[in-house]
Amino acid sequence: MTASQTRVPRSSEMLDDYLLSEEQLESMYRYMLLSRRLEERMMTLNRQGRADFVIAGAGQEAAQVGAGMALKAGVDYAAPYYRDLGVMLVLGMSAREAMLNALGKLDDPNSFGRQMPSHWGSARRRVLTQSSVVATQLVHAVGVALGAKMRNDPIVAFASCGEGSTSRGDFHEALNFAAIHKLPVIFFVENNGYAISERTEKEMPVPHVADRASAYGIQSAVVDGLDAIAVYQTVRPAVDQARRGAGPFLIEAKCFRMWAHSSDDDHRRYRPREELENWASRDPIALFRTRVEEDCLFPPEDLDAIESGVEVEVRAAAKWALDQPDPTPEDMYGFIYREGDDG
Amino acid sequence: MAEVSVIEAVHETLDEVLAADERVFLLGEDLEAGGVFRATDGLSAKYPGRVLDAPLAESSIIGITIGAAHYGQRPIAEIQFADFIHAGFDQLCSEASRWSWRTRGEQYLPMVVRTPWGGGVHGGQHHSQSIEAYYAHMPGIKVVAPSFPADYRSLLKAAIADPNPVLFLEHKRTYRLIRQEVEGAPAEDRIGKSRITRHGDDLTVFAYGLMLHESLAAAEELAGEGIECTVVDLLTLNPLDRETILEAARATGKVLIVHEDTLTGGLGGELAGIIAEHAFEDLDAPIRRLAGPDVPPMPFHEVMESAFMPDRTKIAAAARDLAAY
Repeated sequence: MTASQTRVPRSSEMLDDYLLSEEQLESMYRYMLLSRRLEERMMTLNRQGRADFVIAGAGQEAAQVGAGMALKAGVDYAAPYYRDLGVMLVLGMSAREAMLNALGKLDDPNSFGRQMPSHWGSARRRVLTQSSVVATQLVHAVGVALGAKMRNDPIVAFASCGEGSTSRGDFHEALNFAAIHKLPVIFFVENNGYAISERTEKEMPVPHVADRASAYGIQSAVVDGLDAIAVYQTVRPAVDQARRGAGPFLIEAKCFRMWAHSSDDDHRRYRPREELENWASRDPIALFRTRVEEDCLFPPEDLDAIESGVEVEVRAAAKWALDQPDPTPEDMYGFIYREGDDG
Repeated sequence: MAEVSVIEAVHETLDEVLAADERVFLLGEDLEAGGVFRATDGLSAKYPGRVLDAPLAESSIIGITIGAAHYGQRPIAEIQFADFIHAGFDQLCSEASRWSWRTRGEQYLPMVVRTPWGGGVHGGQHHSQSIEAYYAHMPGIKVVAPSFPADYRSLLKAAIADPNPVLFLEHKRTYRLIRQEVEGAPAEDRIGKSRITRHGDDLTVFAYGLMLHESLAAAEELAGEGIECTVVDLLTLNPLDRETILEAARATGKVLIVHEDTLTGGLGGELAGIIAEHAFEDLDAPIRRLAGPDVPPMPFHEVMESAFMPDRTKIAAAARDLAAY
């Protein structure tokens, strides 16, 4: 198929209300690429001994970016999990900030070098500070939504996690409470098939996390997490109806973890080679590019320009971040308690 | 002016803060019906939608409180018995305690978790325990354990005004046992301050909750024998008021620390450590701790229960030994 300026959306597959504009599709591609290239760079820095630890979302970008774009950035609250670099970029985190975070620099806006990388948090972007304890953030999002409902504040609380987190009691407690009080919470599960080395069948006896929604009396959906457009078109209506007071929604995005659990893990010990080889051909970013090219939504040169722009941005961000100040020993002190009144 | 019991002080303070601030709400088990100790009696009808029954799930009671506080409400959670709070340990200790620290104060949690603790009610292992040491260990959580109704009122208000997570411990045996004419009574309204409630030259007793009252009773008895005790009501268990603790220890040079909690790893160890480290040269005797024995929980039967708990007789006996040293 030749490149064409004519936009031909596959409207039969799209919900009319949730068509993405050309600009949004460009952003989608850019955010996914930015996430991937940043993580590749972080991993390189790790192998060079310049970044202590990397935990990545490579392979899950379509789910993260598609879901993140369904939110009102800066208005809705997000309680993402550690793989959600894509969500954070959509919500406004810059490449430079991502690199400060990866290096634990003093000016990392997430935790100022106090937490391991990828433990997000941003008051101004309404991202709740998160820990390494999985699923606790789901309950926090429920609390945010409860507070908002009490004040008739039309926000949505977005809480994401991996499927491994759904084994914890907090997952159950969060869904149960949100359902009882019909709270505006989107539970977004990025099912990448593994909790470190444990395959899904060791974690749960049902095929889909989303199957559990019926036990709480809430709506759910399973979506192809490799398809950013499909994810957006699934999450966006759920967000809109939650905002209107229809209650929580559980969305499971079927994803793929391209890399090992973290920079300290070697997944060749527990993953069959064929699995990785088969999935390599289903890279969500490549799939997106193929789709928009086939649909004549963008000429390849536009996409190439996005790619080269991202490359330059990531390289520059890494170089800049490496030169930023490290914390001093004294920087561990302070802010143990907030001083003064309750603001 | 009528006397007020501890539970009445808690109830009227909750009523007052609900009336004063629209952001305040209560979340816990059985609260809409008034709570098992009646701390929220009538409040659900008086403040519709702001006294919420929670499912029987302590982790989410605390986790939802975190989220609501983060959002900007002023939630007060109730854990029905302190013995059940550990299901929310992660939420308190891995999350709430460091919310401010890990964001350099950009995010913070003005939240209170109230919970009845302590023995003497034939509550057995899961309705009697002292849980303060687990949580007082954690920088980032304030732990308050008043003894008198006036302090319950002032410190509960202070806890709600505080921009940090506060674990507010209410000794359940004292709920209806301890009454006080609160008008004009001393009332500490600063979290982090201890109070010397009785002055004496012979030895210093540190206690909180029911044990504070037992210590005061013992001190009264000892005064008749010519032994004069200083008695310190700790009030806040984290962060400790080192200044008052050291001042009171130095004043007599003999220290008796009393708590219901089991000995090993109990708060008494930390108090003894502070005093030994900073007031060693003022001490005239080894620091003495009187605590629950290292038996996992409080036993049920009253014979074993009273053997487990320190009381005025045991405190007086320990104090006599110490005075004679």
